[in-house]
Amino acid sequence: MTDPASLIALEGVSKRFVKPVDLAGKIANMLGANNPTITVHAVDRVTFQLEEGEVVGLVGESGCGKSTVGRLIAGIHAPSEGRLFWHGKDLATLSPEEKKAAKLSIQMIFQDPMASLNPRMRAGDIIGEAPVVHGLVSKAEKADAVATALARVGLDPTYARRYPHQFSGGQRARIGIARALSVNPKVLVCDESVAALDVSIQAQVLNLFMDLRDQLGLTYLFISHDLGVVRHIASRVVIMYLGRIVETAPTEALFDHPAHPYTQALLANVPRLDARRRTFTTIKGEIPSPIHPPPGCHFHPRCPLAGPRCAREAPVLARAVHGGSVACHLNAGGVDA
Amino acid sequence: MADKVLAVEGLKTHFFTRSGVVKAVDGVSLSLAPGEILGLVGESGSGKSVTGFSILGLIDPPGKIVEGTIHLNGRNIAGLPDEEAQKIRGKDLAMIFQDPMMTLNPVLKIETQMVETVLAHEAVSRAAARARAAEALAMVGIPAPEERLDAYPHQFSGGMRQRVAIAIALLHRPRVIIADEPTTALDVTIQSQILAKVQELARDTGTALIWITHDLTVIAGLADRVAVMYAGRIVEQGPVDAVLDAPRHPYTQGLIGSVPSLGRRGSRLAQIPGAAPSLASLPPGCPFAPRCGAAVDLCRRERPALVALGPSIAACHVARQAGDAA
Amino acid sequence: MSAAAAAPAREETPFRRFVSQFAEDRIAVAGLVVFVLVVLAALLAPFYAPQNPYDLARVDLMDSRLPPGAKAGDGFTMWLGSDGVGRDVFSAIFYGLRISLAVGAASCLIAATLGSAVGLIAAYAGGRTETVIMRIVDLQLSLPSVLVALILVAMFGKGVDKIIIALVLVQWAYYARTVRGTALVERRKDYVEAASCLGLSHARILFRHILPNCLAPVIVVATVQTAHAISLEATLSFLGVGLPQTEPSLGVLIANGFQYMLSGKYWISFFPGLALLVTIVSINLVGDRLRDVLNPRLEK
Repeated sequence: MTDPASLIALEGVSKRFVKPVDLAGKIANMLGANNPTITVHAVDRVTFQLEEGEVVGLVGESGCGKSTVGRLIAGIHAPSEGRLFWHGKDLATLSPEEKKAAKLSIQMIFQDPMASLNPRMRAGDIIGEAPVVHGLVSKAEKADAVATALARVGLDPTYARRYPHQFSGGQRARIGIARALSVNPKVLVCDESVAALDVSIQAQVLNLFMDLRDQLGLTYLFISHDLGVVRHIASRVVIMYLGRIVETAPTEALFDHPAHPYTQALLANVPRLDARRRTFTTIKGEIPSPIHPPPGCHFHPRCPLAGPRCAREAPVLARAVHGGSVACHLNAGGVDA
Repeated sequence: MADKVLAVEGLKTHFFTRSGVVKAVDGVSLSLAPGEILGLVGESGSGKSVTGFSILGLIDPPGKIVEGTIHLNGRNIAGLPDEEAQKIRGKDLAMIFQDPMMTLNPVLKIETQMVETVLAHEAVSRAAARARAAEALAMVGIPAPEERLDAYPHQFSGGMRQRVAIAIALLHRPRVIIADEPTTALDVTIQSQILAKVQELARDTGTALIWITHDLTVIAGLADRVAVMYAGRIVEQGPVDAVLDAPRHPYTQGLIGSVPSLGRRGSRLAQIPGAAPSLASLPPGCPFAPRCGAAVDLCRRERPALVALGPSIAACHVARQAGDAA
Repeated sequence: MSAAAAAPAREETPFRRFVSQFAEDRIAVAGLVVFVLVVLAALLAPFYAPQNPYDLARVDLMDSRLPPGAKAGDGFTMWLGSDGVGRDVFSAIFYGLRISLAVGAASCLIAATLGSAVGLIAAYAGGRTETVIMRIVDLQLSLPSVLVALILVAMFGKGVDKIIIALVLVQWAYYARTVRGTALVERRKDYVEAASCLGLSHARILFRHILPNCLAPVIVVATVQTAHAISLEATLSFLGVGLPQTEPSLGVLIANGFQYMLSGKYWISFFPGLALLVTIVSINLVGDRLRDVLNPRLEK
């Protein structure tokens, strides 16, 4: 089922964050209190693939699980169920060295440029630490490797001696990118990497991403809530809502003919430069909490096209007209009964 | 301009810090007609938020309004002593912040806070104040307002909290509301709800709005007029269509080019090189000159003044010369 | 092409930034100066003190209880008088300071190292390990320090090393609790996730990434705890279970002089007490300022 040609694949991957009741709570429960174990269903049976050289945009709003998917792929979290594949091989079956190599090949770029850099380390050490530790670069070569890395992301090599607080937001973002690139990864997971930047700096960093991809042949998973950015940089888009994938499609197909009601609402709501003094259309209701997701289709309470079947049965991803897939009963038999 | 509800002339707010004078706002003039929505756009360090705070009189030392007038309904409120300013704040002039928790006190019920706000400016009974509060919550689209009044802020979601903050701002039907990035931290669909509601309210109550943001796309959809700020000054101002379709100032052009949008997939975004200057040490001449592709010698020597160019005004020597030649 | 951040004239390390921020408060700087003087005075005591109060051959019972300004049998002036056994109070204070400071600093250093390690491990390990460790810490902190110290000293006996051990056992829990709190916060930050993503080992992340960012509160706690340790030692000595009489610390001196307070020979307790006060206050002033400077929320 998993295409061995794909670089990374997720099959039925779920992630639940469980906050157990502690000892005090357990005692309270015995005495009649009602402290539940809180389970956050961050990711729910997600299946998708990343092909080599692709830029896949992963889009969704709060609680959709896109950041968690990114961290599952980068190996920061372990899945609660499901399997992850690297080059077609199940990660769980790999030897420790292979696993380590796989993990090193997938690097992450974080959202907050300040928090993602160790304030007590110089830029040169931040970038140069991992390659030296993993033996990719010897200690003697470290300074040169760091200078090359800095130049590659558009920073002056003399900046290696500086500390994070001496840089601007855009420069810190670049240092984060240089750090990720220092271990020669194949895949970069960019988790809202430009969200915290000013528009003009964002443009610089996005251009840098595109240049690096051409130069180094990288594959990107670009996680963002900003549809404009995703449309610009991604070749394929995956839309998530409350832990599940609701639609995936090649970028233009998705923006021209969205199949899922949520995607349609999202696109209708996105502010655009050319839409002047518009009347904003809205979807009713709030985004539900991932602790208590609605039964059946997660989107049905807010969906203008929902029917009785939607509240009972969760739809599965199936082929859609636009060439991608969509998880909606409208595409698979209708919403009645 | 007797019909302007707010008129700011030559506003200068400087911060006198240990490492020098930071000229956060350095000569800003803008005006608002009743019911108008003005978008104040800029990136970090442009001075847009400080402009908003200056209008509300919320500048604390080491900051100070050193020059300029702020006429609200014909009365100059710049530099008013605090007791006078308090009478206006919340009543004729209100503010909505990016983080609703800057407005909402986490240990007070919504009702307590709203009733307090009502009673601060009007001597009515508590029951009447509570009724007003419920009405305001209904106006911003909060379901079951009577019950929600007894809730605490943490029991609301982010979008709901922002609506409550807007409701508080509207309690006294102010003439002007200043909104500082209120939807930046919200999800797209929730942002849409808030923007729709704000539009509706501005129309119905005739409240004028200054919407401060870095997001040009929100301004495109919401505002009637746009003012673009850079390094503490307005560099371009005009009707939203004029500024977005035919920007005169190179910075505005650069900003618009930086926004990823339809029809340009896969190609490089037009990027503005470099970064904004430090407000404590601005270069002589035009502050944008070091980053401007069109800069000439005059730009580095002389600071350009705002001149009319078509339906907008812009501060750019090059644009002006082009306009003269046309 | 690269963004314009002006190159600093001197390398602005976090340390230099910290020093300039610290120096903004004049009173704290005064406290630091006083403390440095106190330490210097203690270190150099053998060079300028007229009498070595530990040299029993030099101490003469005939010189005892002389008021300030009187002359000793050897001919030097006892500027602050003499105590019950004939020691020159002036000399005894500075020799006593050596002991008080040494005991305070040593116990503080050992407790800081021990407690920080425990706190770090608790924060990183999480789960049951953390729970067990933190309950022990809570237990330790809920017992009054004087009581614990008394019990320990009663068990171990007298002596400088035993006092230090007792003080360490009383103090380590503060560091453990502080470091664990900070480490928990740091552990969630993106740069730690980045380090783990880059395949760095747990040990490396703990000691090279998390620990340096936990040191700020440790330094604050350490300064305050040094003062606490010094005063605790003085309390124990005052109660008679601290350091031996032959090598008196400030506490012992104060204790010895207490019996003379009512008969008007105030100087025997008063001056050592004043020295103790000045030492502790100066340390606390420095500690207060450190806490403000190192508080990340106040950072501009």
